[in-house]
Amino acid sequence: MSKATPALHLRSIWKVFGDDAAAFLDRTAKAPSDADLKDAGLIAAVRDATLEIQHGEIFVIMGLSGSGKSTLVRCMSRLIEPTTGELMFDGRDLLAASEDELIEMRRHKMGMVFQHFALLPHLSVLGNVAFPLEIQGVDKKTRGQRAAEMIDLVGLSGREEYYPRELSGGQQQRVGIARSLAVEPDIWFLDEPFSALDPLIRREMQDEFLRLQGLLHKTIVFITHDFDEAIRLADRIAIMKDGAIIQTGAPEDLILNPATEYVAEFTRDVPRAKVFSARMVMRPVKPDERETLRETQKHNAKVQEFADHAVNSESRIGVVDDAGSVIGVIDRQSVLNVLVGREPARPH
Amino acid sequence: MHSIRSSAAPVTYRWGFWLLLTAITCLGTLVFLYEEQVPYLVKYPRDWIIPLRFWISDVMQWLIKEFDLGLFTFKELTRSIAWVLEWPLSVANSLLATGFTFSTEPGAPVILPPAPWIAIVSIVGLLAFHLSGLRLTLLVTGCFLYLVIFGQWQSAMITLSSIVIAVPLGASIGFVLGIAAYRHPLLERVLTPVLDLMQTVPVFAYLVPVLFLFGFGPVAAMIATMIYATPPMVRVTILSLRQIPEDLVEYGNMAGCTRRQLLGKIQIPVARKSLMVGVNQVIMLSLNMVIIASMIGAGGLGFDVLSSLRRLAIGDGLEAGLAITLLAIALDRLGQAYTDRSQQSGRSQKPGFLRGTHLGALVIFILLASWLAGHFFPALAVFPESLQITTSDFWDAMVKWINIHFFDQLEAVKTFVLINIMMPMKRFLLKAPWVAIVALIALIGFRLGHFRLALLGAVLTLFLAVTGLWAKAMITVYLCGVSVLFAGCIGIPAGILAAAHPSINRVTQVAIDTLQTLPSFVYLIPVVMLFRVGDFAAMLAVIAYSLAPAVRYTILGIQQVPSHLIEAARAIGCTRSQIRWRIELPIALPQIMLGINQTIMMALSMLVITALVGTRDLGQEVYIALTKADTGRGIVAGIGVACIAIVADRLISQWARKKRVEFGLQP
Repeated sequence: MSKATPALHLRSIWKVFGDDAAAFLDRTAKAPSDADLKDAGLIAAVRDATLEIQHGEIFVIMGLSGSGKSTLVRCMSRLIEPTTGELMFDGRDLLAASEDELIEMRRHKMGMVFQHFALLPHLSVLGNVAFPLEIQGVDKKTRGQRAAEMIDLVGLSGREEYYPRELSGGQQQRVGIARSLAVEPDIWFLDEPFSALDPLIRREMQDEFLRLQGLLHKTIVFITHDFDEAIRLADRIAIMKDGAIIQTGAPEDLILNPATEYVAEFTRDVPRAKVFSARMVMRPVKPDERETLRETQKHNAKVQEFADHAVNSESRIGVVDDAGSVIGVIDRQSVLNVLVGREPARPH
Repeated sequence: MHSIRSSAAPVTYRWGFWLLLTAITCLGTLVFLYEEQVPYLVKYPRDWIIPLRFWISDVMQWLIKEFDLGLFTFKELTRSIAWVLEWPLSVANSLLATGFTFSTEPGAPVILPPAPWIAIVSIVGLLAFHLSGLRLTLLVTGCFLYLVIFGQWQSAMITLSSIVIAVPLGASIGFVLGIAAYRHPLLERVLTPVLDLMQTVPVFAYLVPVLFLFGFGPVAAMIATMIYATPPMVRVTILSLRQIPEDLVEYGNMAGCTRRQLLGKIQIPVARKSLMVGVNQVIMLSLNMVIIASMIGAGGLGFDVLSSLRRLAIGDGLEAGLAITLLAIALDRLGQAYTDRSQQSGRSQKPGFLRGTHLGALVIFILLASWLAGHFFPALAVFPESLQITTSDFWDAMVKWINIHFFDQLEAVKTFVLINIMMPMKRFLLKAPWVAIVALIALIGFRLGHFRLALLGAVLTLFLAVTGLWAKAMITVYLCGVSVLFAGCIGIPAGILAAAHPSINRVTQVAIDTLQTLPSFVYLIPVVMLFRVGDFAAMLAVIAYSLAPAVRYTILGIQQVPSHLIEAARAIGCTRSQIRWRIELPIALPQIMLGINQTIMMALSMLVITALVGTRDLGQEVYIALTKADTGRGIVAGIGVACIAIVADRLISQWARKKRVEFGLQP
């Protein structure tokens, strides 16, 4: 990852519910045990979370219900005030921001999509999408135009005058997405955006989401309880349990090096071919081999994309980097290894 | 874990409870038998009475005579409030009822006559058509035409003019207070007990201090109306703001709404539907109160009913009562139509008959045109007396006929109930040692909710004793108890039947809707007609008034029984009646008890009004205080009724809560 300032930087964020939580954390030197918390009658929703989220990446926070992931994402925008910790947004200390500065930042730099859509029932689709612009005082014509563009972007043209309750769940969430993008936010929070949808629609919406990200290149914090969804969408994943982040890494890192048994439990049944990229299964090029390679694959192509071809053909496949030069070779055996679930050699 | 705890501990409690209960009963009987030795334990001694009511009267006297707020005195303050409110009221009154004059002197020449009846009827019809459609228009114009044809117009318009001023004012004040309380939890904590008390103190009791502070007249009556109708609006506002899904508020914050934007653009529009329900409630309560406030000079229909009750002119009373009823129904349906309309928005909304501005222009046009027309054809302005119909002679004749032909039967029923049910209960409560009753309430409170509830029950019951209201309070308890017993015996089976048969349910719903729309005064008319004054007549009026919640909650409770339980019972092979007795009723019981709780509350509020037909309970005490403008007496008696209400309410709702938790119907 780049050395530039991260888009969002969390350092030792705690969120403890209960009376005098801050004083309690000071007393316990910010490392209370479960017993300490229980004695004080406090509940720690987020414990000592440290994260760096880079510009333009899809960062997924994955955890089961009650793991504190929703609280964590709300801490990032101060919808919930963290008890202690440090929160840097584009190099600015967000926790030091005044109420007015915070409103300003939320208006222009942050967008959020909610699990149950949170559409305003008294406004039409157009009214909902234009709402964030309306409260900024953008004139009616401009915001109408902008909203129409957004509605078009999510494929709901022609339904501008519908009301939320007249739309299906998937369509409602499209409105939620359009609304959150209307202000061109720098960072985009999605709190279990597809969890309330049917499996088939969920899949369709994930594709839609990837398509949008291909166009927009936002910095994204995506919350989910579904590990498959996390694997499918994430550049990097943080896994949460009981309020603590137990591992952060790219999907293949989690599979190859699960930090705990808990993480391994999730990764065990994930089809490797979906996660591993060509770069991870290739071997170095032999000196005389370079000219014999007729076919090539991009280094970041997933094994699944070329497995069928590789297994059925005799020839070896070259792996090329972004510049187009060959950096490795994949043969039939290495693809078969992935397909039957043998772990490849550790990448370096 | 939870179930272990709650089933292990009460074993000792349960024994303790029955033991103590027996002890209290035995001691109570002993004390009763040896009354000569310990008279002070049976009858609360006169010397121990705290003269609270005189203290309050003194404070009120001091307030009005001496209290100085610096820039102005308290009296000047109340007078200026009255003066400010008098303006809109007199404008409305002039427009609807009396016409505009140069001065307020009686007999001053009228410059502009009041709006002609034809104008009001058409405007109300137009409004109904705009809001809903032809059916509502027919209903509402029908109701108003009754007022015209039966000669109730003048009085009805006086009543209506109080309503059109009191409702917007009361609703706005309640709305603003509600928002403030929603935003500032501290304010809410202060307001909640005040609202609790305001809603349990009987309406009559409001009249006494208002009468004292603001004098006798329409303005004082309107102030009493506003005070009475505002608390529900505060509650509805807080509740409906709180019911907004949390993620909508989160979204508003995330979109960068300021607090004002959050309130104006998200919270109020989203809560609008339930806020409108609150406004409708304010309308109905105001109407109820305006009628009662005729006792301190509101005039209008309430005064007509009151005076005919005093004269025992049943026919007149019945016609005026029907006029109140029809006015209430018309206003209620109009309010509901407005609420329904504001729920449906946008594409699916039926296009209104007219746009708002056009509607306003049309209303003004109708007014001007009919004024002009009324100038040339007076019959259109004031409905000619020669065309008015009255049926009062018919009713009087019918009452006479019934009393001649069925006197023995009616009397037999009355005597039977009085001798066998009412009298024994009354005698028991009056003779029972006060100490025993206080102890009993405390014990039940302890059993249900430990020390706090026990303490509350004991203190409130003691209040009745130490203020010297014990005997009257016991009569209140007895009348209320008997009425609620009968209301339960009628209401619960009716509810069970209605829950089982959709067709009965429909009829029942219409019946209880109507019962709930009627202002409480109206109930007095038919009972006095048939049974004259006295406890029995009062009881019947109370039963009729308080029946609705018993039925409604029973239906609700049975319908809320989880359907999978019924399915499971059927799968086991339960018969229809087994399902009813072993599944539905036990699970619905907490809900039914909440209905009975509501019934008790309504019965208490009605009971106070039945003082007009000659009961000797706390209501009579308030009534006497009202006629003597004795503030202390009225307030103390009013708080006494509130004490009974609060004890009953806390005990029953605590019991119902425990049961619901046990059944897993409530966390």
